[in-house]
Amino acid sequence: MSHPCVVTLDADSAPRVIFAGDRLVEVNMPPGTRCIYPKPPLEPLADVDAAIRYAINHPEGGDPLFAKLKPGMKLTIAVDDISLPLPPMKRPDIRERVLNIVLAMCADYGVDDIEIIIALGVHRRLRGPEIKHIVGPKVFKEYYPDRLYNHDAEDHDNLVVLGETELGEVVEVNKRAAESDLLLYVNLNFVPMDGGHKSVICGLVSYRSLRAHHNPKTMRQCHSYMDPAASELANSVERMGKVANQKLNLFTIETTINNRMFPDALSFLHKNEDDLDGKERALLNGIVQATAILPQAAREKIFDASPAPFGVTGVFAGETEAVHAKTLEMCWKQYCVPVEGQADVLVAGIPYVSPYNVHAFLNPLLVQVMAQGYLFNMYRGHPILKKGGTMIITHPCTDRFDHDQHAPYIDFVHRLLPETRDAMELHKRYEDEYAKDPALIQMFRTGHAYHPSHPFFMWYWGEAGRQHIGRVIVVGADNEYIPKLLGWETAATMEDALYMARGEEARKLDITLLHAPPIVMADVTIPEAASESAGSEGAEAES
Amino acid sequence: MLDSRAQLRDQKALPASYFDVDGTLISSNVLHPAAYYLSHQQTPLQVALRFGKTLANAPRMAMAELADRRTFNELLFSSYGGMSSDRLELLADDAFNTAMKPYLYPKAKDLIKTSRAAGHEIVLISGTLDFMLDRLADYFGGASIICNRLEIKDGYATGKLLKPVVAGPEKARLIREHARINNHDLNDCFAFSDSYSDVPMLSVVGHPAAVNPDRRLSLLAKAYSWPMFDLGVNT
Repeated sequence: MSHPCVVTLDADSAPRVIFAGDRLVEVNMPPGTRCIYPKPPLEPLADVDAAIRYAINHPEGGDPLFAKLKPGMKLTIAVDDISLPLPPMKRPDIRERVLNIVLAMCADYGVDDIEIIIALGVHRRLRGPEIKHIVGPKVFKEYYPDRLYNHDAEDHDNLVVLGETELGEVVEVNKRAAESDLLLYVNLNFVPMDGGHKSVICGLVSYRSLRAHHNPKTMRQCHSYMDPAASELANSVERMGKVANQKLNLFTIETTINNRMFPDALSFLHKNEDDLDGKERALLNGIVQATAILPQAAREKIFDASPAPFGVTGVFAGETEAVHAKTLEMCWKQYCVPVEGQADVLVAGIPYVSPYNVHAFLNPLLVQVMAQGYLFNMYRGHPILKKGGTMIITHPCTDRFDHDQHAPYIDFVHRLLPETRDAMELHKRYEDEYAKDPALIQMFRTGHAYHPSHPFFMWYWGEAGRQHIGRVIVVGADNEYIPKLLGWETAATMEDALYMARGEEARKLDITLLHAPPIVMADVTIPEAASESAGSEGAEAES
Repeated sequence: MLDSRAQLRDQKALPASYFDVDGTLISSNVLHPAAYYLSHQQTPLQVALRFGKTLANAPRMAMAELADRRTFNELLFSSYGGMSSDRLELLADDAFNTAMKPYLYPKAKDLIKTSRAAGHEIVLISGTLDFMLDRLADYFGGASIICNRLEIKDGYATGKLLKPVVAGPEKARLIREHARINNHDLNDCFAFSDSYSDVPMLSVVGHPAAVNPDRRLSLLAKAYSWPMFDLGVNT
C-alpha cells in the first residue's frame, strides 16, 4: 500500500496546480499519473528559546557552550546566508533567536571580542536590510557593520590555509574565524544537503577551496546531493571539514524547520487537488487566474513580499558530525516520502525562487539548476526518473537576468553555452579565466554580484541530472532560444509534452509528478523484478 | 601558414587592463593638481596673476567641457605656461599627496591588485599630466601610463600640450596602438571608466566595465550587460 502522500490519478481527478515561475498553472495529467505530495508540516517546537538553551547546555559531544567561554577570548560567530530557507523566513528568523541567546551568554561570561560573519562562500554579499532580517534588529544595531559583515572569499589578506586533505584538497578559510579561540557556527538546515561540515567548508572558504568539489567530476558522482551517504560532494566536504576541525575550535549549532512555506490561508497548496473543499478550490482557481493576468512586476512583488511561516522543529548543538546526524534525521522525517518504482517521465513545476535569486529574477541558468539540479535530486536510494527518462518542467524560461546579482551569468549563458554545454569542457577551457576576471570579481567584492565562478558551479550542479536524464521538455517557454541553449525541447502544453515523451511508438509511460514546493523528497525503492536493470544503471552512473 | 599562426598566438602577451583615472580610480580631476600648482607659486603676486588668468579662461573652459574634452585640457594646461620643469617636478610629490592620493576611491587599489593577480599589464590612461600620473603609477606598485605631457622649452613649460592630447575618443586610438606595440589581444583586454565620454575607449576592448558610472554610462552598461560597480565612497 502506498504512502498517503503518493496519489495515483484517475479519470475523474481534477487538474493538478503547479508552479511555472511566478505563476500557478493547471496541468491535465493522464489517469495513472503518480503524484508525490509533501508531507504535512511537522509540529513546531513549543518553546524554541528553551530548545536553544537546552541544546547549547546539553551538546552532542564535547563541553556545553558556557564551559568554552572565557573572559577576554576571541570569538567568531558564522551565520548561514539568505540563500536559505526559501522563501526567507518570517521574522524572527531562527538565526536571530540563536544569536540573541548566545550573545547574552557571552556577555555573562565576559566575552566581548566578538565578530559575526555571514558565511556566504561565493554567493553574493547581503545588503544591510537582508542581514538585519537574519540576525534581528538588536544584534544588527550593536554589531553592523564593523563587527557584523559578509565573508569575502577574494580578500586574500584575510584568508589562511589550514591544510590539505590526503587528496590534495586545500582548506583555505576566513582568517578571523581561523584565528579565533572559538568559532561558533549558526546554521539553518533547509535541505539535507546543507549543514554539517559543509557550513564551514562552503561558507567560510575561498574559491580555491570550493573548486576542489564544485566541479563536474565530483558532481557526476552524486546520487544524490540530498543523500550525503551517496554524494561525492559530501565526501569531499567531509574530508576537508575534518582537516578544518583539527585546527578550529568549532562549536556547531544546527536548526531544522518544517515545510510550512505558505501562510495558513494558503496551506491548501500542500494538498491533493481532489481533496480541496469548495472554498479552497475557489481560492486556488482565483490564484491561478490572478497569476495569469497580473503583470510580471506585480507577481514578483507579491511573492517577494511573502516570507514563509516556517516552524522550528529542532535545535542541535555541539560536535559537527554528531550534531548533523540529528539534523539529518529531522530532515528525512519532514521531507522523505517512500515511493516504489521509478518513472519514465518526471514532471515538476519550477517555482520563482531558488537559493541563488532571493530578491531577484530566476534567470535561465537558475531554471536549469532548479530542474536538473535540485528537483531531479530530490531522492534517496534511486532517482525518481529511470535512466534516460524524460523530465517535463513548466517555466517560461524568460531571457532575463538581474544585472546586479547575476552579471557573470549573462556571459555564461549567451557567450559560453552557444559554444558548448559540456561541463568538463567549460570547466577546463573557461572557468579559470572567468574566476580571475577583475571586473566581475570587483562586482562580487564591492557590489552584490555572485562570484564569476558561480555560473559554472550552477551548470555543474545540473551535471548529475544531465548525465541521467534522456531529455528535458519545457512547457510554457516564452521563447525557443533559451531552452535550445540549455539543451531542452519545448512544448506548448502538457499534453503535447507527454505526446513527445511517448514517442512514435506511443508507448505507455509511468508518469510521476513531484508536487513541490513545499519541499518533498522521494525514498525510491525498486521492486525486485526491476532491480536488476536499476543495478546495472547504478554501476553505469558510478563509472 | 598554420605554424606561423600558432607561433603568433603563442607570442601574444597576457591581456592589459586600461584604467581611466579621474572619476574612476580617484574622485578628483585634473583641476585639483592644477589648483595646487597655481596656489604654490613663488610670490603671492604670481599666485594672483595665474589664478586671474585661469579665471579669465573659466567661461571658455566651461563651454569646452560641454563640447570637447581636448579643448578643455588645452585651456586648463595653458595655465602651467611659464612654470619651470624643475619646479613642476619639485612640487609633484606634494601635489600628488594633496590633490590626488586623498581622493583615491577606497577599493581602487584592490581593483588594480586583482587585475595584476590575473597577470594583466596595468595601464593608466588619463588626461592628467605625466609628472602626476607617474606618482600614481608608483603608488599602485608600478603601471604603464598613457597621459598628457607639457611642451617644455629651455626648461620652462610653454603652456601647450605635446601631441597626442589624451582625451575622449583619442583614448581609444591610443589603447589600440598600445595593444599593438605590446602584442596584447584587445579581445582579451579590459577597460575601466566612469564616464560616457569614454565609451570609445571601453568599446575597443573585449571586457569593458563601468566604474562609479555616470547616468548615461550606467544605462549603456546595463543595456550591454557590461560589469558595473563602484569603488567605495570617499569620506
